[in-house]
Amino acid sequence: MSKRNPEYDFVWCPGCGDFGVRRALEWALERHVAEHEIPQANYVIVAGIGCSGNMVHLMEGDQPFGLHGIHGRTLPLSFGVKMGRPDLETVIVAGDGDFLAIGGEHIGPAAARNVNVTCVVMDNGVYGLTKGQSSPTTEMGVMTSSTPYGKIEAQMMPLKYYLTIGVSYIASHYSSKPRDLANVIQDAMNHKGFSIVHVQSPCTTYNDTYDLLKGNRRKGIPGMAWDIPEDHDPTSRQSAEDLLDRPGIPLGLVFKEERPTLQDRVDEIAGSNPNRTAEELLASYAI
Amino acid sequence: MTDNHSQDFVIRFAGEGGQGLVTSADAMARAASNAGYYVSTFSTFPSQIMGGPASSQVRISNSPVLSSGDSVDVLVSLDEYAYNNHQADISENGVAIYNSGEFQLPGGGQYFGIDADELAKSTGNTRAANMVTIGAVAHLIGFSLEEIDAFITQRFTRGRPGDEEIIESNKMAIRLGAEVAKSSGFSVGTLAPPIPPDYEQIMITGNAALALGAVAAGVNFYVGYPISPATTILVWMEQNLVGPGRFAHQVSSEIEAISAIVGAGYAGKKSMTATAGPGLSLMGEGIGLAWMAEIPCVVVDVQRGGPSTGLPTKSEQSDLFACLNPGHGDMSIPVLAPGSVEECFDAGALAVNWAERFQGPVIVMSEFGQAEKGENIRKPDLGDVDVEDRSVYQGTNGYARYQSWDSDGLSPMPIPGGPGAYVANGSEHDEVGDTTHLPRHHVRLTHRRFSKLDLLNDAHIEIENEGATAMIMSWGSSKGPAREAYERLRKAGSDIGWLYSMALNPLPDAMKAALERANLVIVPELNYLGQWSAILRQHGYRAESVTQYTGLPFKPATLVDRIGARVEELRAEKGTVLA
Repeated sequence: MSKRNPEYDFVWCPGCGDFGVRRALEWALERHVAEHEIPQANYVIVAGIGCSGNMVHLMEGDQPFGLHGIHGRTLPLSFGVKMGRPDLETVIVAGDGDFLAIGGEHIGPAAARNVNVTCVVMDNGVYGLTKGQSSPTTEMGVMTSSTPYGKIEAQMMPLKYYLTIGVSYIASHYSSKPRDLANVIQDAMNHKGFSIVHVQSPCTTYNDTYDLLKGNRRKGIPGMAWDIPEDHDPTSRQSAEDLLDRPGIPLGLVFKEERPTLQDRVDEIAGSNPNRTAEELLASYAI
Repeated sequence: MTDNHSQDFVIRFAGEGGQGLVTSADAMARAASNAGYYVSTFSTFPSQIMGGPASSQVRISNSPVLSSGDSVDVLVSLDEYAYNNHQADISENGVAIYNSGEFQLPGGGQYFGIDADELAKSTGNTRAANMVTIGAVAHLIGFSLEEIDAFITQRFTRGRPGDEEIIESNKMAIRLGAEVAKSSGFSVGTLAPPIPPDYEQIMITGNAALALGAVAAGVNFYVGYPISPATTILVWMEQNLVGPGRFAHQVSSEIEAISAIVGAGYAGKKSMTATAGPGLSLMGEGIGLAWMAEIPCVVVDVQRGGPSTGLPTKSEQSDLFACLNPGHGDMSIPVLAPGSVEECFDAGALAVNWAERFQGPVIVMSEFGQAEKGENIRKPDLGDVDVEDRSVYQGTNGYARYQSWDSDGLSPMPIPGGPGAYVANGSEHDEVGDTTHLPRHHVRLTHRRFSKLDLLNDAHIEIENEGATAMIMSWGSSKGPAREAYERLRKAGSDIGWLYSMALNPLPDAMKAALERANLVIVPELNYLGQWSAILRQHGYRAESVTQYTGLPFKPATLVDRIGARVEELRAEKGTVLA
């Protein structure tokens, strides 16, 4: 939308992590455009429903195309965009509720297909837009408006889930370092296959985790976020598993696997099977 | 049969799934089609891979076949259960052939036994049992064995060693079967010589015709999830929608399917999916997104019995309410319901054109009863398919994609990769696509979305004998039996008229005018609620339904009785008033 529409009435709360993610995404797109000399018009942002999905209306500067659909369906919507038009660079922006709860059923199939799209998942561990209910990544025991006696489900571990289910590129980051995050998103977009950048993006209203993530010496809180060591081998599944066994939030590339995309397979089939016209298909029903 | 000739025979093969029932009916249909007859097959089976009571029939006629008929002239029963289950359908002069290798019937009935397996063995080809039976059937209806020979030669000439032997054994099987039938002394008549059509034909099922029609109009993106009775469209597309710019794929749910075709439609593709009732229920929200964000796509609902899992392999027309309003909120989805295998092709093509023209979702409603029905229909002329492409925005950036729609036409749609980047938005939005809650935007955009329906006024309609006491208006695959009933009623002097529209929403203006003029509209439909007559009453027309919810299509005779009686009742009432 950029800044030109005074009537657009959605705003993020002051300090929302999504501001940082938006900045990072804008930088990543800018650089990707420059790096590959792809026209801006060939970029499509598929947005989920929730605070984070509204990013598609809030992006500044040159606007890519956007598709702001229905709750939980960013992956199948982007599947249609990408398989219909392989020439389009497709990026998904969604939150933890949209992507992991209602939309969770689509992650496995997308990973199995290895669709060449990039997901930026903004995880704040809460449903913000509906005013503070628990999400899959809310810690067990935490009291929210929908868990008045504390959350009684286990907390989901998205990174481990992605790794297990066959996602071919997994990165983890947080919103407080947009420059680093931009590099990670750009790298994910350059990955040929299904990539997820899972970003801790705190909700200042319902689940302010800034201190927990970055640490606060004054309050005596050690930071949960840590940089992935340079000697980590992201191409090794075992190393990735070991990495994810460590507590806290890793920052950087966790896992990366090169394998054919669904488009590669489709092109193979198209190359070795008849592409029949409607006329030819009709002729096959001749008596 | 007084003259021992007939224009029309129904032959039914009944037994268990997996016994080659469909193969037999199909072989008979092809042989008769090759000879110049009109044919139509119909099958019914339980939702299981093998076994379970099943039947497959073929109607062979001298004129285009409109329904699966009233009764059966020859019943082939492969087991006792099948005989008991179907014998009530045998016509007065009809004959049953039973599998004497499996069971026996007491003497004296209008039937005879044949041990097809044993006779097939004697030809040296144990797989020729179906042909033994077909030979017996051919004798009973006076169908030329040479025509079946020709079919056998065509069917089994596959360029393999041994073709010759297989052809000879099958021909022998035909004759062995005919011999048994001859010695039984029974006959149901002699099929009158064919009156071949003066146009080229193809042999095709409803689902294949629908898929072909859609591809003829340019469908190039298809995803679907397996579900009876729509699966054959998915399989057809995966087989045939191959090549650059084309994509067909099985996805993991109907929610994925609808979302993906919306994504593809947004990106400029002509996209489609097919499902049945349960899948349609899951697609409701996605169809609403296509309506709201104004994205062309086509959803085919091949109906079965519902609700819930319902009757997966039976025919019902009970999804109409769901198709007209598949999701929440104010919307009105364009719906086409083809009334024959031939119309399935037309509806497939028109649905794609409509989606492109009005920039939104279109639903095609078919039914189990016509999905797998094989018919020799007029070969569609691809030159007649007027392929429409959406109007694409060609201007500069900063475009108001959802600007108000006026007499200049519908605002062109920007396509990613081209100018006019915007957000296609499922939330209520202003003219550029940004989310808004302001009343004036919601009012204007709601009006825009509904007024686009005015662009869809060109579907096929039929209006006959207006001013009659009552007008029959069937929809979907009940058209055939209703038409047959209408013709019989007219012949018998009943004061009845005919209305038909392939488009159920929006109704073409000419059809609205005819409905307005009608004294009473009688709607034969396969559901409990009387859904189409309820819709017509909602529009303010005088309408009532003749319903059936057995899971089977209408028999014309049922409709003749029920509609005929109603018309007489109306005439009597009218007479009373006048007196």
